[in-house]
Amino acid sequence: MTDRSNVSLAVLEDRAKFIRKETVRLTRIAGAGHYSSTFSCAETLSALYYSQMRIEPSNPGWDNRDRFIMSKGHAAIGLYPVLADLGYFDPEELETYTRLGSKYGDHPDMKKVRGLDFSSGSLGHGLSVGVGMALAGRATGRDYRTYVMLGDGEISEGQIWEAVISAGHFKLGHLVILLDRNGLCIDGHTEEIMSIEPVHERFASFGWDVQRVDGHNFEAILGAFRNLPEGTTGKPQAIVLDTVKGRGVKRMEMSLDWHVGNLVGEDYDEVMAELEAGLQPYEPEPAE
Amino acid sequence: MSTEMQNEAEIFRGTTDGETRFKDARSVRGTPKAGMPAFVLGEELAEMARTDPRIVVATADLASANRTNDFKAVHPDRFFDFGIAEKNMITAAAGMASCGLVPYVATFASFSAILGAEQIRTDCAYPRMPVRVIGTHSGMSMGFYGTSHHALEDLGMLRVMADLTVICATDANHLRAILRKSVDHPGAMYIRLGRGRDPEVYPTVPELEIGKAIRLREGKDLTIIATGSQVRAALDTAEALAAEGIETRVVDMHTISPLDRAEIEAAASETAAILTVEEHNITGGLGTAVAEVLVDLPRVPFRKHGVPDRYVEIGPPAALYAHYRLDAPGVTAVAREFLAAIA
Repeated sequence: MTDRSNVSLAVLEDRAKFIRKETVRLTRIAGAGHYSSTFSCAETLSALYYSQMRIEPSNPGWDNRDRFIMSKGHAAIGLYPVLADLGYFDPEELETYTRLGSKYGDHPDMKKVRGLDFSSGSLGHGLSVGVGMALAGRATGRDYRTYVMLGDGEISEGQIWEAVISAGHFKLGHLVILLDRNGLCIDGHTEEIMSIEPVHERFASFGWDVQRVDGHNFEAILGAFRNLPEGTTGKPQAIVLDTVKGRGVKRMEMSLDWHVGNLVGEDYDEVMAELEAGLQPYEPEPAE
Repeated sequence: MSTEMQNEAEIFRGTTDGETRFKDARSVRGTPKAGMPAFVLGEELAEMARTDPRIVVATADLASANRTNDFKAVHPDRFFDFGIAEKNMITAAAGMASCGLVPYVATFASFSAILGAEQIRTDCAYPRMPVRVIGTHSGMSMGFYGTSHHALEDLGMLRVMADLTVICATDANHLRAILRKSVDHPGAMYIRLGRGRDPEVYPTVPELEIGKAIRLREGKDLTIIATGSQVRAALDTAEALAAEGIETRVVDMHTISPLDRAEIEAAASETAAILTVEEHNITGGLGTAVAEVLVDLPRVPFRKHGVPDRYVEIGPPAALYAHYRLDAPGVTAVAREFLAAIA
């Protein structure tokens, strides 16, 4: 197993930049893609795969590896480059992204993507998959963790709460929710479409330990990871990551227009240059 | 409590409305009870799990009704009751399967197959996870519990899903054979049961190949292709017709998907007519699947018998089977009408 516990913040920041730029590049191949949902979780994906998870890319079937489920499957476009970068498959394969016969679609297929722990796309399923993986770990005497990335709009799905109840009941202390709390679903702000706050209190009331941190701040994310308990029993763990949908590209930040989009021409070049410059302080649009 | 009333109360637990031909029975509390066939699901899985550590079992608050509590009693650490949360149970089973386990998840067919259809497709069949979704109390065997608790659409809904094996258990010994064969069967499976205490067809555990029908009786005048609860009725019909000089082939078409096309082709070429019989909506199930094969073959007289395409009446199961002619007298009458129409 590769020891990545001492990876620098600079490396993690660089990999988050890489995730965003690859998302923009791959979207141009497809002609449409989920930019903003991927940008909001870029720091979390970077911290998870380049620092936190116990994985061995040369052995994707290792039975005691940590698992990751991208339950908000539309952000797979940010995960594929990470898996390729870590060596699960040849990055050249991503040139086929979404083209006829490609292994790599908008929503990820575990039977085609090496290193992917489970397929996703139908929102609301991933946490149940994680419950099953955590129960299997306990039943087989393994101590891996299972991380599940949920979208904030996604948790309106009833199956999420079936899974939340059961994880508390089964005391799955090695199951971790990463909630990408980016504030927007497709039709608007979550609090206007279907409100979920106070979401941390809701998880806590179902028997979960909850942390709530800035999901674009690596020190905060890594600090939350360090707080996760060892062992496979106890309260399941939820990390609510307060994020900005579209973070990193000014025109997309908290915009409803970029859930699915396609940048072309000068817009593409401008956005790539903006991403290359790195994250700038977030300045919300003043209220009208 | 009168015997009749007691039987009604026990429909939920899987009785046979007073059938008396069976032995080796248990009551709902696990003690032997004369006159009732055993509901073997839990005990068979428990036996298999003694030597196979991959086997785990889950249910959704119906461990007594489907007898998975017989498994729990032997392997409590490999049994998970998810409460009344079927979607979570089925998807979690897929997660377990991705980690090397072989989960058997059981609840009423109305909830495992119909409520859980998307989870079966997206989380079990599509990623080819070896999850065995078991639908007990299928068809209209829940009787007066009503349409919410009937599953007369499950075969039609699930047989159109790729990479999903759909199989119907005929009786207790047949279920044992299915379960034993299922452990190493690739991909996801839906296993359809009646009330779990179904009329006996197989006095011993039969040789079984998933995807290959079992020919139970030879004949040239008519083939009855039946599945699940209707195999017994088909055999009884063949016996009744034999007294009139009509030789009937009886086929237990247990696997609905993938379908045994060769057996249907044989019936079409070797026998004079084909009748399908199923406890399922007349559209979409076994009869439709057989028709899809026959449409490519030289014409043979064909009729499909099942439940009409509407929500059925409520009533005690035995009364429903009689009303919809899905018992031995009913199937016999349907067969006679069919043969008269083509004579």
